[in-house]
Amino acid sequence: MEKAAKKELEKIALKARMGIIESIHAAKAGHPGGSLSCVDILTYLYFKQMNVDPNNPDMADRDRFVLSKGHAAPALYAVLAQRGFFDEKELLNLRQIGSILQGHPDLKKIPGVDMSTGSLGQGVSAAVGMALSAKHFGNDFKVYSILGDGEIEEGQVWEAAMFAGNRKLDNLILFIDNNNLQIDGTVEEVNSPHPIDKKFEAFGFDVLIINGNDFDEIEDALNKAEKCTKPVAIIAKTVKGKGVSYMENAVNWHGAAPNDELFEQAMAELKAAYAEME
Amino acid sequence: MSEVKSVATRAGYGKALVELGKIRDDFVVMDADLAAATQTGMFKKEFPDRFYDCGIAEQNMMGIAAGIATTGKKVIVSSFAMFAAGRAFEQVRNSIGYPHLNVIIGATHAGISVGEDGATHQCLEDIALMRTIPGMTIINPADEVEARKAVYAAMELDGPVYMRFGRLAVPVVFDEDYKFEVGKANTLRDGNDVTVIATGLMVKEALEAYDLLKAEGISARIINMATIKPIDKDIIIKAAKETGAIVTAEEHSVIGGLGGAVSEVVCEECPVPVVKLGVYDTFGHSGPAAKLLDEFGLRAVNIVEKAKKAISLKR
Repeated sequence: MEKAAKKELEKIALKARMGIIESIHAAKAGHPGGSLSCVDILTYLYFKQMNVDPNNPDMADRDRFVLSKGHAAPALYAVLAQRGFFDEKELLNLRQIGSILQGHPDLKKIPGVDMSTGSLGQGVSAAVGMALSAKHFGNDFKVYSILGDGEIEEGQVWEAAMFAGNRKLDNLILFIDNNNLQIDGTVEEVNSPHPIDKKFEAFGFDVLIINGNDFDEIEDALNKAEKCTKPVAIIAKTVKGKGVSYMENAVNWHGAAPNDELFEQAMAELKAAYAEME
Repeated sequence: MSEVKSVATRAGYGKALVELGKIRDDFVVMDADLAAATQTGMFKKEFPDRFYDCGIAEQNMMGIAAGIATTGKKVIVSSFAMFAAGRAFEQVRNSIGYPHLNVIIGATHAGISVGEDGATHQCLEDIALMRTIPGMTIINPADEVEARKAVYAAMELDGPVYMRFGRLAVPVVFDEDYKFEVGKANTLRDGNDVTVIATGLMVKEALEAYDLLKAEGISARIINMATIKPIDKDIIIKAAKETGAIVTAEEHSVIGGLGGAVSEVVCEECPVPVVKLGVYDTFGHSGPAAKLLDEFGLRAVNIVEKAKKAISLKR
């Protein structure tokens, strides 16, 4: 990727990170850790990869995205807002009564959201359904989804993977946000899903392993995925809480909002990183 | 009088899918390895390219159906009631109900009349479960004719539909010219001493109860309540006002099913006695379906008994 293009994406992602922190701080609730880990993937998808139109969010032949790890909603919302699906000011109404921005994505309320998710393991099945629909009814859109590495402890994920693998749904691309942490501890401590790559391979996927916080690697993986004749699982090694020093690799920031002091610190760090890029 | 033929409601369902498949191609049918039993196998045979078997994975099947529905296409998914409404309840709630997607769930083998398979397969709580999901339409046809017509009607609805079908062959109640309308119950016999509101295979029993009650000088009104949600409030309130006592009859738990739905309306709009006939908070067990219906008290004679009780409770 050209340096300028990469820098542009990094700036968008930093702004999205600010949006995540601001919205969760305003809501006094939400999931910053897993939002910050997957926001680079979301940025790439919505700004470089997917065929979507903010002015026509229901466009029939658009590419689809399903946030199977629905609790990372603040990341999706921050990216959708920047992409122009709705006013960025709405981010400050996250989780408030009357807001379109529900605690977890709601396709009925939010322009650009293709599936309501939040109950782990379910989004990926819907993504498989969308991919199947495209094949069956002769549409050529692609379907992208992000799953958590804790989420794949859900049995339904493997039901979905078995179906997608057997049907060779090569229009389906799953990202596994492998930040290695879930609510009760590391994924190894809680109920290890490893080896993730071998599992998806066994279920009929082409598997790629990348640094999910690096735009070059995200781009490279998606380019490779284009040529695959099977569904693709991209295992994205990420840092939970990425971009905010005290949240990085810290399990206690899975589902907690920063207080005013920590909010200021987080914003100062992100703004400093942004200023460096200017 | 010509002999009444008996056909399972699931057969009407399977037949309707094939008929619909011939006139429209904007839908797919899915099953979870039970196509031969649910009767989606009829569709599979006719349209193999429009049928998807999800294997024994009902939760994923519900999610796939939801995903297809988001793309603007209709989906019909089938399994046994136990697994469609029971095992996959949360998928139906969160992936289909919450986004209000156009998924028709064809749930067969509902109720005690599953027979020999026993309690694990005799779903007596599906109506109760599905009724708690906002925006869910629930249809429980009385016979093969109504089942077939209800499938056509469900295809025209906006939002999720739970259709409840039985395994057992049951006598045909309706003529071919019967008009089915979602949300509209129909009065099959008029009367003024008591009203029997029945659903599914209990409708035929209710019609028999009408004759038994008549012989004893009791005038019963018989209502077929095929749509359990949204329930036909008007016909219930009218029956409560005009007959002053109600019996509900269903092949389902007395907790949360038709009896619950009718009671909710009656209690709030026009309180009169409502006596529920159904399965009384117990699991079923193996046995021939007909004998189980006798044993669990899901017969015309039981309706008669409940009707008398309801009348005795009138103030």
